[in-house]
Amino acid sequence: MTTRMLGAPVLRTEDPRLLRGEGRYLDDLGQGAYEVAIVRSPHAHARVLDIDVTGALDVDGVVAVYTYEDLPPRLRERLPVLIPHPALTAARTQHVLAAGEVNHVGEAVAMVVARDRYLAEDAANRIHVAYEPLPAVVGHERAASGQLLVHDDIPGNLAATLTQEIGDAPGRIAAAPNRLTFRLDIDRSASTPMETRGVHARWDADDQRLRVHSSTQTPTSVRAVVASYLELPLAQVECVAPDIGGGFGVKIVHPWPEELLVPWAARLLGHEVKFTEDRREHFISANHERGQVQFIDVGFDDDGRILGLDVRLLHDHGAYIPYGLIVPIITSTQLLGPYRITDYRVRFDSLYTNTVPVSPYRGAGRPQGCFAMERTMDRIARHLGLDRTLVRERNLIRPDEMPYDFGLTFQDGRPYAYDSGDFPASLAKLRELADWDGFPARRAAAEAAGRLLGIGMAAYVEGTGVGPYEGGHVQVETTGKVKVATGLSTQGQGHRTAFAQVVADALGVPFEDVEVVTGDTRRFAYAVGTFASRAAVMSGNAIHLAALKVREKALRIASEALEVDVEDLELVDGHVRVVGSPATSIPLGVLATMSNPLRYAFDASARIATQFASPGTTDRPPVAAGESPGLEGTDFYSPLRSTFANGMHAVEVEVDPETSDVRILRYSVVHDCGTLINPMIVEGQIMGGVAQGVGGALYEEMAYDEHGQLLNASFMDFLMPYASEVPAVAVDHLETPSPLNPLGIKGAGEAGVIPGSAALASAIEDAVGVGIDAMPLSPSRLHALRVAADHR
Amino acid sequence: MDRTTPAPEALHDVELTVNGQVRRARVPARRLLSDLLRHDLELTGTHVGCEHGVCGACTVLLDGMPVRSCLTLAVSVSGRAVTTVEGLAAEDGTLHPVQRAFQEHHGLQCGFCTPGFIMTACAFLAEEPAPDAATIRDAMSGNLCRCTGYAGILAAVAGAAEELAGTGVDPRERHRPEGAA
Repeated sequence: MTTRMLGAPVLRTEDPRLLRGEGRYLDDLGQGAYEVAIVRSPHAHARVLDIDVTGALDVDGVVAVYTYEDLPPRLRERLPVLIPHPALTAARTQHVLAAGEVNHVGEAVAMVVARDRYLAEDAANRIHVAYEPLPAVVGHERAASGQLLVHDDIPGNLAATLTQEIGDAPGRIAAAPNRLTFRLDIDRSASTPMETRGVHARWDADDQRLRVHSSTQTPTSVRAVVASYLELPLAQVECVAPDIGGGFGVKIVHPWPEELLVPWAARLLGHEVKFTEDRREHFISANHERGQVQFIDVGFDDDGRILGLDVRLLHDHGAYIPYGLIVPIITSTQLLGPYRITDYRVRFDSLYTNTVPVSPYRGAGRPQGCFAMERTMDRIARHLGLDRTLVRERNLIRPDEMPYDFGLTFQDGRPYAYDSGDFPASLAKLRELADWDGFPARRAAAEAAGRLLGIGMAAYVEGTGVGPYEGGHVQVETTGKVKVATGLSTQGQGHRTAFAQVVADALGVPFEDVEVVTGDTRRFAYAVGTFASRAAVMSGNAIHLAALKVREKALRIASEALEVDVEDLELVDGHVRVVGSPATSIPLGVLATMSNPLRYAFDASARIATQFASPGTTDRPPVAAGESPGLEGTDFYSPLRSTFANGMHAVEVEVDPETSDVRILRYSVVHDCGTLINPMIVEGQIMGGVAQGVGGALYEEMAYDEHGQLLNASFMDFLMPYASEVPAVAVDHLETPSPLNPLGIKGAGEAGVIPGSAALASAIEDAVGVGIDAMPLSPSRLHALRVAADHR
Repeated sequence: MDRTTPAPEALHDVELTVNGQVRRARVPARRLLSDLLRHDLELTGTHVGCEHGVCGACTVLLDGMPVRSCLTLAVSVSGRAVTTVEGLAAEDGTLHPVQRAFQEHHGLQCGFCTPGFIMTACAFLAEEPAPDAATIRDAMSGNLCRCTGYAGILAAVAGAAEELAGTGVDPRERHRPEGAA
């Protein structure tokens, strides 16, 4: 009997080759390729007066040097605005190489192609660029003041203002018995995958085809944009995402300048070309996220129920806005979390600054929204002298109110409506897992020993699995092995394992017989990408549907061959067999052979499908109308709207009274992502997310000075957590399946990171008794807050 | 900015033992050991995550001791023995106990930092065959991972220590499955 794979903690099929060092990441490809170095702007804002490349041409091994002037007309156009929005009235994107102006430190100015990266860097150092520096706009306030402009023709540095409103928040707040207004600040962080960006291209002059390898979360769209900007037919371009060393959002953005320049140069030079970003480049030329200033105005009753919430956001999107308004739209909607808020108004201003552009980093605006909402809950509790979990409990949406439609528009342009979840049950589980009620005793004991303890919590709801669609192709080969392809790419999520589990169940085949390929446009050309915790929901369901088509076809062929009704057949262990009579069966591989009528018996097993092998009927064509040869199926999953996962974190901290150093004593997670395909992988996603949440709360920031110089653009100064900083995490799952998709899945990729800053702020505030309004909270920042409070 | 005409680079012969095999290359003095391994010898299992010695992805064993290959010049290791992640699994591909533990405890996701963790763990377990949880956490705190949150990595090292306990196997050596000659 085939065991059920869905829900089993199956070990990953990806692992053995990665563990043996046999992974193929971008820089492992193209060993003979020319390599690229990019000359990047040292100024945050400047006019480019002149570029003198003559010194670079003297370097032995240099193949070519390109500036904007050398580009063909199509490549001189600005990069696309990937996600247009009616409110995005002043969208500006960059050129692949600077056209007379640079707007952040790190912007690409010139490209060197050389025999290897060492020589390319030598040559890049010999390119003399004359700049006329301009004043830099850094920080929300300076951007919003509009006194200095990033782009001369964009007044107020304002790309967009968007207001969403339900009910009458100002009216309800004015009439409320209690009202609080306050400001919150969140610094920047970034995805910071261990593998930086990279792209490799090969023009095959014989085939007239361009193959692009990119470390991207969206190979199908990279393919399309390369074809568009290089003015090649789509059919002549293919894009493959090799093994990818982490993405976390930053690699969904495309095209990076290098993603167009490298294929262009490869074709022009008739030689493989490769670009591998170095770490400093990644800090100053790959996108950041998180930075926001939030102004909150809330009215609530004496029980702590929110009556009206009015939020204004200043969102710093950096020098350009290629990814549109996705991050602030997500903040403004997902801010509401699991709470029943009927009167809500949110307005954001998306502002240009002379810094690296902003696009989603795991969480994508949600950590900021969660911070706003959960800080609000804590302030209400403090104001009323109520337990923080009680105030939350009173505001939770109840399971019998599902589906809950707020009346807002979400990031996919569709209704912001929760499909499922049991928030009170989640909160009860969290209180138990974290032993919330036992904390006062723990605190008292610690206090007696001169130690400062605090506990905090935060809740979130996460829209996952946004459309428009993903697809899957499932094919049973004549060997009985099953080959599966989906278009989105993989950055460590274990898709090959999880999707194989889905197929093994749908087809009744051994898990080991299923092989999954992701992110290769040669295998599956229609896809959207890996982001928004959508891969399991979208591709998981698409592959499931495709496998069901294969199942149906296998049963139909077997039914004819065995002259048994389909209802009396089952798929078990790679065979279609008669229920109750397992000896009467046909292997799937044989059915695959039979599904493809042949003229030529290319091997012994193929004979059964040839024209004289069996009498068959002569009154219909070998491939009947509406049929197609092969035991394979393609299908797509396109949801009506997002599905919503949810969860709650609690954290217990100790603050050193002398140094204000924060130590995490206990971290508890309750998580509901619907049906679990592979609980081991889901827990891994949560653990990784929590580590990033801790990093964002306590350590990571982008330290820009007022000139727009990033002062901590290395791993020495940007403090990503090591094992020494990440706590052990206790996880409890709640499984309320989504009614929106066949497998009942809700996404899990981003969940772990979302409530980190909010929960830690809550716990630290509880420990030290000083209000926390800004993250991240380094020991020195916390110490300054405590000293200031003492002097008040 | 350099405005002088660059002199062609002098090349140096390097001969070292990598995973038990003698390898030779002709490289400029500035060539990093990581680049020698990855691009001259095409052993791309060693990864480069930062090129400034912080992330540990490029960790290899030099005469049995863990080093950052991105901070080591190739010319400086002539005559010495380097072990990379490719030198651990058995010849037939069977995973080394440390590698197997990483799979069993879900100690990797994207796999990019993994070779560095594996090499660090092998050197650590050779020195400290019976570590407690705190010692493991301390030993693994010189490498960065952005995916896992480290839980699976720490569990894997603990699991590998148990697996290796009492076997007398040096975890820095290539795995020899039981029964293999």
